[in-house]
Amino acid sequence: MNFYNSSDILETINMIHSENLDIRTITMGISLFDCVSDDTERLCERIYDKITKRAEGLVKTGEDIEKKYGIPIINKRVAVTPVSLIGGGADPDGYVKIAKTLDRAAKALGINFIGGFSALTQKGMTLGAKNLLDAVPQALSQTDALCSSVNVASTKAGINMDAVVICANIIKELAYLTREDRSIGCAKFVVFANSPEDNPFMAGAFNGIGEPEAVINVGVSGPGVVASAIRRAGDCDLSTLAETVKKTAFKITRVGQLVAREAAERLGVPFGIVDLSLAPTPAIGDSVAHIIEEMGIEKCGGCGTTACLALLNDAVKKGGVMASSHVGGLSGAFIPVSEDAGMINAVECGALSIEKLEAMTAVCSVGLDMIAIPGDTPQAVIAGLIADEISIGVVNTKTTAVRVIPAYGKKVGDKVSLGGLLGDAPVMKISSYSPEKFISRGGRIPAPIHSLKN
Amino acid sequence: MKAIITVTGIDGVGIVAFVSSVCAKYGVSINDISQSVIGEYFAMIMVASIDNITIPFNEFVDVIESAGKEKGLVISAMHENIFTSMHRI
Repeated sequence: MNFYNSSDILETINMIHSENLDIRTITMGISLFDCVSDDTERLCERIYDKITKRAEGLVKTGEDIEKKYGIPIINKRVAVTPVSLIGGGADPDGYVKIAKTLDRAAKALGINFIGGFSALTQKGMTLGAKNLLDAVPQALSQTDALCSSVNVASTKAGINMDAVVICANIIKELAYLTREDRSIGCAKFVVFANSPEDNPFMAGAFNGIGEPEAVINVGVSGPGVVASAIRRAGDCDLSTLAETVKKTAFKITRVGQLVAREAAERLGVPFGIVDLSLAPTPAIGDSVAHIIEEMGIEKCGGCGTTACLALLNDAVKKGGVMASSHVGGLSGAFIPVSEDAGMINAVECGALSIEKLEAMTAVCSVGLDMIAIPGDTPQAVIAGLIADEISIGVVNTKTTAVRVIPAYGKKVGDKVSLGGLLGDAPVMKISSYSPEKFISRGGRIPAPIHSLKN
Repeated sequence: MKAIITVTGIDGVGIVAFVSSVCAKYGVSINDISQSVIGEYFAMIMVASIDNITIPFNEFVDVIESAGKEKGLVISAMHENIFTSMHRI
């Protein structure tokens, strides 16, 4: 072949058909600032009209690009301005109305998730943020496509422990309110430190305050491709292993960049970023845990796991950065337990614990993700878990997050089937020693010092 | 603009002629073919020009895929940009 090399063509086709390479999401960020009104009904009307008009062609465009290049584009989604910033004087009932409006808009567009029912509370809480948080349990239990996130901390502001406690209460309430449906409300609520403003992945996506009127952000995937490349590299040393991951990440990201550019052009909105995250799915051969095991750890969670993940995460970024003109979002390997067949297996055989997952989040994005814990876990323990994870993000100047499911009526050893891409979550053991006294102190943990590093 | 058409299936008489005729019908001009037969299996990669294609490319993708299915072949057509993006800096 003149310009094309048969082996390159076969490699691409093999990545898509055998190694689960896909574009995980095309997410359109939409600003809602111009929808603001002192009348909640009017606000809802404007929100609905703006979203359905702006993102009208999103699903069709995604499907057209998918067909043109022969690569699956799994999700088409929308992320809006954090709703607490545009809710004005709405009371909690008003926020529930806004939530239902967003859900209705998502259904009209044919997208599976809409993100941005969010509040930024790292330093304190506005009345809007407080009313939104009061509305979250009702909002998420009465909608299908809506996702909510709360930023409770940042490296510059420290940790707002009052917000952490409120979030722990929300998680418990969500688990109860959606108890008939596997406590699924908790899968749509995430608590952040240093949340990125251009994240295309749910449940944490929102269109940040520095973002344009509308923007296209794309998240790629491809753990299966990386695992296969490592397998083919054989018994090489770790420098060669890192090079192999870099080269693979480059190729994966180039496809993301191609899709992002084309989607932005077709939809007439600016291209924002490509998110370099390796996002697993419950499908066999699409697992981050299996990459770690392919590197040489007998079971994900064993000693050496954190080192493997650090190598992987760094190499993915190095390869991906050169492949895309703008990189952002979360950009790292995801380790959501229920969404990763290898992680589920590692938990079930006792190799992987919450404590080890917490250590792993110090070197990768994004945090304690999609972890089921016993339904009777007290609020204070959940608040303690959030505070621990958030501290890692704050001190290390990185994004961390918590998305846990205290599965109602379930105990350690049970399994919660969440369905679809959310997968199956084995209920994990969590320390039952009480942090009650620490949590009940309230207030803020001051921002960390950024010299004298050790 | 070019498309990459890949064809796999059990070897038989007239596969190249069949795929070529579908391409010709829609104004897709074949530039290059690489094929191999391993045992009873047939595999072919075609580079084809789609500058004068008579239907939208996305429709052609469906047409050639379903035409292949009728003959027991797996045929996929993909726009060249995915390959150039991935393998050329």
